[in-house]
Amino acid sequence: MLREITLGQYYPVDSVLHRMDPRTKLLGTLLFIISLFCANSWLGYLTAAVFLAITIRLSRVPFRFMVRGLKAILILLLISVSFNLFLTSGEVVWQLGILKITREGIRTAIFMALRLIFLVIGSSVMTLTTTPNELTDGLEKGLGFLNKVGVPVHEVAMMMSIALRFIPILIEEADKIMKAQMARGADFESGNLIQRAKSMVPLLVPLFISAFRRATDLAMAMEARCYHGGEGRTKMKPLCYRKRDRIAQVILTGYLCLIIGTRFIA
Amino acid sequence: MSIRAVNLTHIYGQGTAFEQYALKNVNFEIQDGEFIGLIGHTGSGKSTLIQHLNGLLKATSGELYYNGENIYAHGYDMKGLRSKVGLVFQYPEHQLFEADVFSDVCFGPKNLNLSQGEIESRAKEALNLVGLDESFYKQSPFELSGGQKRRVAIAGVLAMKPDVLILDEPTAGLDPKGRDEILGQIEKLHREQGLTIILVSHSMEDMARYADRLIVMNKGEKMFDDTPRNVFRHYKELEAMGLAAPQITYIVQALRKEGIPVEEDLITVEEARDAILRLIGK
Amino acid sequence: MGIIKAVNLIFDYIKRDEEEQIEEVDRAIDGLNLDIQEGSFVAILGHNGSGKSTFAKQVNGLLIPTEGTVLISGMDTRDENHIWDVRRTAGMVFQNPDNQIIGNVVEEDVGFGPENMGVPTEEIWKRVDESLEAVGMTAYRLKSPGKLSGGQKQRVAIAGVMAMKPKCIILDEPTAMLDPNGRKEVIRTVQELNRREHITVLLITHYMEEVVGADRVVVMDEGKMVMDGTPREIFSRVKELKEYRLDVPQVTELAFELRQAGLPLSKGILTMYELLGELVPYLKEQIRSQGE
Repeated sequence: MLREITLGQYYPVDSVLHRMDPRTKLLGTLLFIISLFCANSWLGYLTAAVFLAITIRLSRVPFRFMVRGLKAILILLLISVSFNLFLTSGEVVWQLGILKITREGIRTAIFMALRLIFLVIGSSVMTLTTTPNELTDGLEKGLGFLNKVGVPVHEVAMMMSIALRFIPILIEEADKIMKAQMARGADFESGNLIQRAKSMVPLLVPLFISAFRRATDLAMAMEARCYHGGEGRTKMKPLCYRKRDRIAQVILTGYLCLIIGTRFIA
Repeated sequence: MSIRAVNLTHIYGQGTAFEQYALKNVNFEIQDGEFIGLIGHTGSGKSTLIQHLNGLLKATSGELYYNGENIYAHGYDMKGLRSKVGLVFQYPEHQLFEADVFSDVCFGPKNLNLSQGEIESRAKEALNLVGLDESFYKQSPFELSGGQKRRVAIAGVLAMKPDVLILDEPTAGLDPKGRDEILGQIEKLHREQGLTIILVSHSMEDMARYADRLIVMNKGEKMFDDTPRNVFRHYKELEAMGLAAPQITYIVQALRKEGIPVEEDLITVEEARDAILRLIGK
Repeated sequence: MGIIKAVNLIFDYIKRDEEEQIEEVDRAIDGLNLDIQEGSFVAILGHNGSGKSTFAKQVNGLLIPTEGTVLISGMDTRDENHIWDVRRTAGMVFQNPDNQIIGNVVEEDVGFGPENMGVPTEEIWKRVDESLEAVGMTAYRLKSPGKLSGGQKQRVAIAGVMAMKPKCIILDEPTAMLDPNGRKEVIRTVQELNRREHITVLLITHYMEEVVGADRVVVMDEGKMVMDGTPREIFSRVKELKEYRLDVPQVTELAFELRQAGLPLSKGILTMYELLGELVPYLKEQIRSQGE
């Protein structure tokens, strides 16, 4: 039932992007998102599209995996497109009652749709080429500077990594408890919203108790293995920038400059 | 009155690269009042099988009849089936959720839409059957010992008044005392209430002691279906499936190999003792 | 002096109410004296609530004595300056295989302990390689822990402790949640570590078959040590064991029953081979004399 949910969507092949330092990929995604908000012309979006196409090619992940993420935002996409389409003022090209479509509306709607689609595909490229662990490591190291202003970066990263390990276990557990309650005649599928919410109690209470029990056990196991926070801790797999990361960083900067440049050409 | 499986087959991930037979053409019939032992190593399909018996999982193909009715027929009362075929999962205490023992046991009968009086009398009866008296009713289930929690959970299923009780490794994680208590109670339910019992266990010693009939599963298929005595004769085949026979079986086999004429089908300590003493005329 | 030494150890679980007033005191360990030799394999038996798991947590410094002392390699577990040394000297493996694996990849989990201890990266890799090899899990090093069987998960947990280079491993009911094959797998691994790497093993369990190979068996009941001896000595006292609500293996029980009936068998028979070695010649002799 619940077992079909998968976490993270890492696609295991060997490519330049897969081997890249996660910090470079995080930075790249960030810059790409910024570039999407800088682009304001057909030329700008074309540049972004070309850049994206090259990255996808380099990642060696089949394209159909990239578009999977789009399903999740389909409704959001439709809403934002129609808002822009119908609510932008300007030169009217089509009208029916109070609904009217303007030339500017069409333009913004298309740009908005492209922006959202590129954004989702762009972040998919990152999540498809980076394991959740690398991602946490990258965030921990990449955001390390926040430590100085009192953000517990190591602890947050550790929590994320533990969550990644335990979510599948808890999903399986939820499945089991659900079946056990169904064996006692519980009904999770019918009834109105309030009845359904109420019927979740016999599932959620045991699930929380189990999560707490696991957390206590895990805390003890971590303590027994000398865990005492990030201080004085070494890494088995320390992150380090290589030549390919330097090259990628240069290319990324060049790309961002190019996009900003397109604003002035149009 | 029986459970009958006909060519029961269950495939996980059908149509994908991970397609896997969890059950393959399983056939059997379980009569009223039997005490069945279900064995097989982890992943043999026994957990999948028991979830079919009360309709939590639906077979990919094949039929399952309860009291002569096909449970996959359109409009079959699944909820009714679940109250008649009670299933106690492994570590059942993990399903407890109410603030006190009594309310938790009431959960099952409440779902059957019974009157308040009937709900309470069933809960009392069920708790009585697992040996928990009134002093436990208002206690939080989370403050009981491991063995007591498990009994509360079993009572929660018994309160549905099932005719068949399926237990998936009810003694897992308990110490010898807790184990004997639980098994003793199951035996009593079988004897006094006439419940049909299907017990999943890894302990061949327990199986030899309690079950009338063993069903052995391996890789989704039924390998043996006979009395424990006859099944343990095949100890070599059992070993090949990652299982074993009780220690006594091995001793008896070794004695016979040395030419000592003891019966082949001894499976408990008492039987072996008596046979050896008989042999030397004591 | 032994590697683990408990002197007049008392431990109370104290339950407090909302105003921090003591509501209930539950004595889990009641005046325990125990001295464990380095390199030995010691099993602690007892039913649930006998205090055996509480003792395990004392050895690792996860719990601190209410009264008395626990010394690990001469270090007092109360001494906060040595707490991490205590934990790395006496590593601990717990009951639930899922709740003690922290890493998302087997090898990363094994590296977790050394990372916490501040071991340099290269040395961590060396230790991870060695530890995985020692428990026979090298082939699974890149797997996700979720894909392993219960017995394999426990072997990974043992490797995680081994990577901290402990002198002693405490296993708190490591097989309680496993199937018979997983149980054998874990016990075999532990026995090998004891024999090959001379690691002191403290195995806490209620499965009697698992203690047959131990050097010493301690039985606990109500927080006290009630029996102490070699497996042979302990298993010859079948009646007492049953009083402490423990089982004996079927072989031992059969031997005991036959002895009670007057057959000339030794006390405390542990294995099938021992039983057959004594029983077969006797039975053959009896049958022959009957024939005459």
